[in-house]
Amino acid sequence: MADHRDDGTDSPGPVIAMADICKSFNNNVVLDNVDFELLRGEVHVLAGGNGAGKSTLMKILQGVYSMDSGSIEINGQPVNIGSIHAARAAGIGMVFQEFSLIPTLSVARNVFLGNERRSSLGFLDDADSVERTRAVFADMGVDIDPTITMGNLGTAYWQLTEIAKAIAQDAKVLILDEPTASLAKDEVDALFALVRRLTDNGISVIYISHRMDEIFRIGDRITVLRDGQRVLTGPIADLTPADVVHAIVGRKVEGAFEWKPRSVDRSGAPLLEVRHLNVGTRVRDVSFTAHRGEIIGLAGLMGAGRTELARALFGIDHIDSGDVLIGGQRVRLTNSGKAIAAGVALIPEDRREQGLVLEHSVRDNLLLTLLGRFRRGPLLNDRKGSAIAAELINELSVKTASPKLTVGRLSGGNQQKVVIGKWLGTDPDILIMDEPTAGVDIGTKTEIVERIRALADLGKVVIVISSELPELLAVADRVLVLRAGAIDRTIERADIADEHALQLAIQGVAA
Amino acid sequence: MTDLSIEQTTQRRAGRVTALLRRSGADWRQYVIYIGFAAIFVIFALTLNDKGFLQSNNLLNILRQASVVAVAAVAMTFVIASAEIDLSVGSLAGLAGIAAAYGSQHGGLVMAILAALGVGLLIGTINGLLVTIVEIPSFLVTLSMLWMIRGFGQWRTSAKGQPIEAAAFKTIFGSNSMRIVWLVVFAVIGTIVLNKTRAGRFVLATGGNRTAAEFSGISTKRVKFWVFVASSVCASFAGMILAANLNNTGKYEYGNGLELSVIAAVILGGTSLFGGKGSVPGTVFGALFVQLIGNGLLLTGLQSSQLDIIKGGIIVVAVALRRERKGVR
Repeated sequence: MADHRDDGTDSPGPVIAMADICKSFNNNVVLDNVDFELLRGEVHVLAGGNGAGKSTLMKILQGVYSMDSGSIEINGQPVNIGSIHAARAAGIGMVFQEFSLIPTLSVARNVFLGNERRSSLGFLDDADSVERTRAVFADMGVDIDPTITMGNLGTAYWQLTEIAKAIAQDAKVLILDEPTASLAKDEVDALFALVRRLTDNGISVIYISHRMDEIFRIGDRITVLRDGQRVLTGPIADLTPADVVHAIVGRKVEGAFEWKPRSVDRSGAPLLEVRHLNVGTRVRDVSFTAHRGEIIGLAGLMGAGRTELARALFGIDHIDSGDVLIGGQRVRLTNSGKAIAAGVALIPEDRREQGLVLEHSVRDNLLLTLLGRFRRGPLLNDRKGSAIAAELINELSVKTASPKLTVGRLSGGNQQKVVIGKWLGTDPDILIMDEPTAGVDIGTKTEIVERIRALADLGKVVIVISSELPELLAVADRVLVLRAGAIDRTIERADIADEHALQLAIQGVAA
Repeated sequence: MTDLSIEQTTQRRAGRVTALLRRSGADWRQYVIYIGFAAIFVIFALTLNDKGFLQSNNLLNILRQASVVAVAAVAMTFVIASAEIDLSVGSLAGLAGIAAAYGSQHGGLVMAILAALGVGLLIGTINGLLVTIVEIPSFLVTLSMLWMIRGFGQWRTSAKGQPIEAAAFKTIFGSNSMRIVWLVVFAVIGTIVLNKTRAGRFVLATGGNRTAAEFSGISTKRVKFWVFVASSVCASFAGMILAANLNNTGKYEYGNGLELSVIAAVILGGTSLFGGKGSVPGTVFGALFVQLIGNGLLLTGLQSSQLDIIKGGIIVVAVALRRERKGVR
């Protein structure tokens, strides 16, 4: 039974008022007295860099995390959101980035999942849920057949179904987290039209996004978080994109993150040459060259094709057309083994999923790419293997009690060092690093940044993909800005004034 | 100053003790199959001595009787460590006996052996290709194969036992001493391959995290293909031991249910059903453990039906003891 919460919905005050929210994880302050207010029928953009505290704040609102101190009021009533269930009951709906839908069930069954319609006899009433789903879709102005199997629909429909699910549960607040990341342009238009329609009906939307053009198109107000503090709240109409970028970025360049101009000799033949590379729909006609000793930064928004380009160069994703030349020779990168043989190494984006066998030891993980190096006839020479592992552990100062420790027990930074070590051992000519400092502590970040420079100084080509612009600016000699799978701009590092300027270039906004 | 340093020393010592305990705790779980084997052995030795448990022939019988399961289970360790399963080994062992019989009728001992191993090679190749190229889950591929092989064997032989016409076959695969020799040979080769070769590392990495293995330049499809070939060839070998032992005769139903004992031995031995971890010596002890329980309980005069109940219960207990506590990671 749909329980109606008419009480207070017409009151003029904010729908949600979060005040003085504090949250720490192991002495690490993630939210520091943050206030956040959501008005009825508004689209409130929540912005901030990685680790600014956006997702923590939203998880508190959804009852995933509990706050250390602070208060939350919904429609003026203090509430205690202790669980996801309590948040749902309070009318807060989340549209998950990783969809919470089940591909084998019908759309209608997904919409009412966990909230199934029942007949008077207590049996599931599929006909009723189909009817109600149809009604919700009609309200939303979208045309989806509720009886179709979820798995047969494309991404855009999944998102719409997620929204329908939240609405069917009578949500008054929708949290959309980077909803356009995997949508085509016309789908984005449809989504925005829907968001407008929802807010006209009195639903409030919290819109998390990095994309400046979207923020200014859809947002009514914006709150920017930086390092766990609220640095800006205001009507978007009063702001310029530069104001927002400035609030997100702040000013902080210190120590290892300071750019040191390096001289790269680009007179000879390039070591790596990529010509008109096409990979599926995600990499389109990408061409670039890199000389020995050069550090190339790949910048772009999520979904711009950076990771796909990296995967293709490492032989993981199938190259549809185009050539890759290494040292002037055409190479066929049809699998990772061939890429390794050609001198390419990839430090993948997700170290836990792609980089490590978590249950195996530090030693075994380090040696996985190096098994050919310590053979004695058909057998592995364990002593030599241990020596190689010890050398790498020492070289990268991996903090581990023993090489035999399970790698899953190390901290994120040390795990990342193991992934790097695994590839350093192969002595690649071209090293691609996809988000090498994601989820590592600041100390390790510094070490990684210095490592990147040292590797380039040895004459390697290093390609760095990073969403953390200070890091990209600290190391890159040249930055390729990708947009929708194609190279939008190539900028010499010396021509980039600061993080602000790069952010604007990534957003495609003129400075 | 002195107080402080004493306190520090005590703390350090306490820390060392807990670390030691923790380490031994982890080890204890890892070695549960050996501890269990030893414990049950001691109990039987004390209680069943008067029934002849400790007589050398009885003890050697445990080894002999475990050989069929152990030989197939050594290869199954690789299959399970690579996060796959092979349910066809039992039927295949039966078919290998039949193949040996037909082979022997046309070319004596050599043809008998070649025919049996050839059948294994063929089935392993089919299993491997279906899993890696057609990408059907191994559970389904090998389950289907189980029925097809059994049906084929029954049909071609009209469900009759086929004599292996080579006396030497019985000596090589079925004699008391050779059965123990084969068990030891497979155990040693399996241990070396899994722990000391690149192939072994590839299998563990593939089972532990297939994506990470692919990103490390390992062709996980190739790894899985060869694991299935090895499993089938070893199952055929086990089938030859089985046939030699049963009157030097091959019959389609001889291996029925063998796959379950084989999988039980592997899991008891500490190989993770989810892949990535495996121990060949553990597997061999797992096979011996099941045989030991059967042997001892039979001496107490229990019926084999009662024996099955107890065997199942003990396996559950053994696996439960080995379970890693959540949250430790």
